[in-house]
Amino acid sequence: MSKQHITTTLNGEPTEFLCDTRQTLLDTLRNELRLTGTKEGCATGDCGACTVLLDGKATCSCLVLGVEAEGKDIQTIEGVAHEGELHPLQTAFLNNAALQCGVCTPGIIVAAKALLETHPNPTEKEVRYWLSGNLCRCTGYDKIIHAVMDAASAMRGEQP
Amino acid sequence: MSAKTTYKWIGSSPVRPDGVDKVTGRANFGADHSEPGMIYGKVLRSPIAHGRIQSINLTPALQVPGVLAAICGDDFPDADAVQGMSSGESPADMRDIARNVMARDKVLYHGHPIAAVAAMSPEIADEALKHIQVTYEALPPVLNLDQAMAKDAPLLHEDQITRGLPKKPTQASNIAAVLNLKRGDLETGFSQADIIIEETYTTPTAHQGYIEPHAVIARCNEDGRAAIWCCTQGPFVVRSLSAQVLGWDMGRIKVTPSEIGGGFGGKTTIYLEPLAVKLAEKSGRPVKMVMSREDVFRATGPTSASRTHVKLGMNKAGKITAADVKLECEAGAFKGSPMQTACMTALTCYDLENFNITGYDVVVNKPKAAAYRAPGAPLTAFAVESAIDQAAKRLGLDPIDIRLNNAAKEGTVAPYGAKFPPIGLVETLQAAKAHPHYCAPLKPNQGRGIASGFWFNAGMQSSAAINLNENGTATVITASPDIGGSRASMALMTAETLGIPYADVNAIVADTEAAGYCDVTGGSRTTFATGRAVIMAAEKVIVSLRERAAALWELKPEQVEWRDGQAHPDSEASAGADIKPLSLAELALSAAKTGGPISAKASLTAQGAGGGFGTQICDVEVDPETGKTEIIRFTVIQDAGKAIHRAYVEGQLQGGAVQGIGWALNEEYIYDEKGCMQNASFLDYRMPVALDLPMIDTVIVEVPNPNHPFGVRGVGETPIVPALAAVANAIDSAVDARMTDLPINPPKLLKQLSTA
Ligand code: FES
Ligand code: FES
Repeated sequence: MSKQHITTTLNGEPTEFLCDTRQTLLDTLRNELRLTGTKEGCATGDCGACTVLLDGKATCSCLVLGVEAEGKDIQTIEGVAHEGELHPLQTAFLNNAALQCGVCTPGIIVAAKALLETHPNPTEKEVRYWLSGNLCRCTGYDKIIHAVMDAASAMRGEQP
Repeated sequence: MSAKTTYKWIGSSPVRPDGVDKVTGRANFGADHSEPGMIYGKVLRSPIAHGRIQSINLTPALQVPGVLAAICGDDFPDADAVQGMSSGESPADMRDIARNVMARDKVLYHGHPIAAVAAMSPEIADEALKHIQVTYEALPPVLNLDQAMAKDAPLLHEDQITRGLPKKPTQASNIAAVLNLKRGDLETGFSQADIIIEETYTTPTAHQGYIEPHAVIARCNEDGRAAIWCCTQGPFVVRSLSAQVLGWDMGRIKVTPSEIGGGFGGKTTIYLEPLAVKLAEKSGRPVKMVMSREDVFRATGPTSASRTHVKLGMNKAGKITAADVKLECEAGAFKGSPMQTACMTALTCYDLENFNITGYDVVVNKPKAAAYRAPGAPLTAFAVESAIDQAAKRLGLDPIDIRLNNAAKEGTVAPYGAKFPPIGLVETLQAAKAHPHYCAPLKPNQGRGIASGFWFNAGMQSSAAINLNENGTATVITASPDIGGSRASMALMTAETLGIPYADVNAIVADTEAAGYCDVTGGSRTTFATGRAVIMAAEKVIVSLRERAAALWELKPEQVEWRDGQAHPDSEASAGADIKPLSLAELALSAAKTGGPISAKASLTAQGAGGGFGTQICDVEVDPETGKTEIIRFTVIQDAGKAIHRAYVEGQLQGGAVQGIGWALNEEYIYDEKGCMQNASFLDYRMPVALDLPMIDTVIVEVPNPNHPFGVRGVGETPIVPALAAVANAIDSAVDARMTDLPINPPKLLKQLSTA
């Protein structure tokens, strides 16, 4: 099957790639662009490990075709740290020990980033609601929720 | 060895060495690795739960363009020739493992591998599977304990004779083994009882639910050597099991553990690894194989469904006078359910004079059970801890007091025969009683449950190496995969022992040729056992450092003391002399002149892991309209011996308890009458999500383990053990409904409420 030529912005840089029309965006990122930070936990939209931002919206990349990214802005975990500096969410995840195995972490950080960009001051309940599409089997979520709340307050400029 | 109490690094919660890689997406998990020229392997799985394979024709698949290799059972040595037991947390028969990874004459569960292909793309490989021709003689499936143990039940293994009976039976059976543990006299015990609680409790097949599916990349070189890259809890175990299934000398295989996206026991064995090696050998190309989530549910993991009958006698004072426990446990397609550990842990929290515990290991046409966090212990703990709650309620006694009345302590002889060293069950119960959670007010339809639990914790074999760098930093190398922050705990123990800053220690996980042997990361053993190897290696480094300082000072090594990361001449040698202490960094920098680079290795079989006990407090609110249970408050209290990295210990307590909550409320395998799993996805096999839970409070009790320099006991497994009963007991306290069949999902609870 012939491949399609796709033009996107990926982590802020103009990026072109070829992909099979059957390939999901997740497979395209991982297998064609070798960006393996985005994980596959289920390929059916149920775990959130594959979360990316598509035009700023948190999206399961396993439910989108690579070809659907044409003309879109894609942000993956690889683009969250900027110019050699960790994002406050990344720092908060480290300081709170909010990862055990870490396989859910990229998806959760990307999803949380989308939350904090639109809701800078979420309640615990809102964070739990927002992250309910992201499974974590290791942590029981406690430290993840704390990390997101801490990052939110750091991003609002509050002292820890 | 004795545990001192003030430390510089132990007990703190610094950022883990692999942290930045894991928050930036840089860390490489099983499926993230690639090799030049790599192709993709896929597995054809049995569409029926029980049958005899009549023929397999791979040729049509090989004719699909882009297909480079196809294999089936014939490509491996005769499984009957593969003998011996695997190492690992739940030892298994090698012949069974060989048949489980690739079916031979029979298929034994829906999802059992029967063939595999490797092709230029995953899509082509999927296509090729459709061209493999298999004919079966379908056999009636055996799907639960009653069917399996029925007279005239269809046999999964015609040669399986029940083990553990006083007289060896002559007839084959689906009961693989029977175990009995007893003490005292039941009749006397029950005659002393004022009340008797008798009940049957059941738990469903459930999965570990790690988020990362099994993945492997294998490469075979022209010299006959192979490299395996995979997500595993134990690279040495993968090497040994894969070599045996392949009929290879183990020295031909190198295994590199990738980062691992959860295991919980489910990645202590092999599935894809020998298939990938065989496909790589046949195709001459590196082969990547990654399971789909559906494959993970259908063919890996699960833990056993179980039925436990408990008869408990108690006097008015709340003392257990006798306990009779009978456990039947599904092993899946091959023997080896965690029946044995379930029996051994069933009554271990209590000091009993009269008990009888009998266990049955029963094969059924479901995937072969794998270890799952404290294998077996949650099954019997659910039963026994529920029964104790019922007794407390009947007698009007406090559920913590009733446990304190009977609690095992130092000197108690466990039902499995061991005499306990210092243990912390009583301390966890006292901490529960003192916790503000225990006296917080409850509203209507809310209730509070208490349960305790035990896990042995494992020791087993570990190795570690420490290399000092010329700038005075240290690198610690082990082959214990880091599933939950173990690099951080290895680095903390190294920093503490050497007396250097935590930031100066890097801890890495190496492959089977770069690191000394380590058993699996499992059995809650890594911080205890690999930790001991690390401490031993650090102590050897200190011996070298004292020698180097002695050489520079022209003293004898015995005249040099090591304190706070520095060499000091002892009081006699320093008397009158002005000798400035030498730091580790100074000694490392001058190492070339004093004997060369400084490094040390240590290996051991660690004994005396020290049992892990915990107690949990669970509050629920039940909606009487819908039957839905919400966890509103949860506190996990556990004896860690000594917490090395505090936050990661808390994380184990929280994560374990939440797995138990999921098992109690939602999780189960649902089968149709043909033995086909109906809910093999995360949508339908529903694990807890963030919205289902409150914050999980933790209390770390520290009763030091005398067999570890810092007092460590394992912590990973115990926290799942009490959780099932803690939830069920809370539901009973909320709405007066004793739920004995898990999961306690809304329809089931609603039904119970409407019949009450
Ligand atoms: S992999 Fe996309 S949601 Fe699970
Ligand atoms: S840290 Fe392992 S799944 Fe979240």
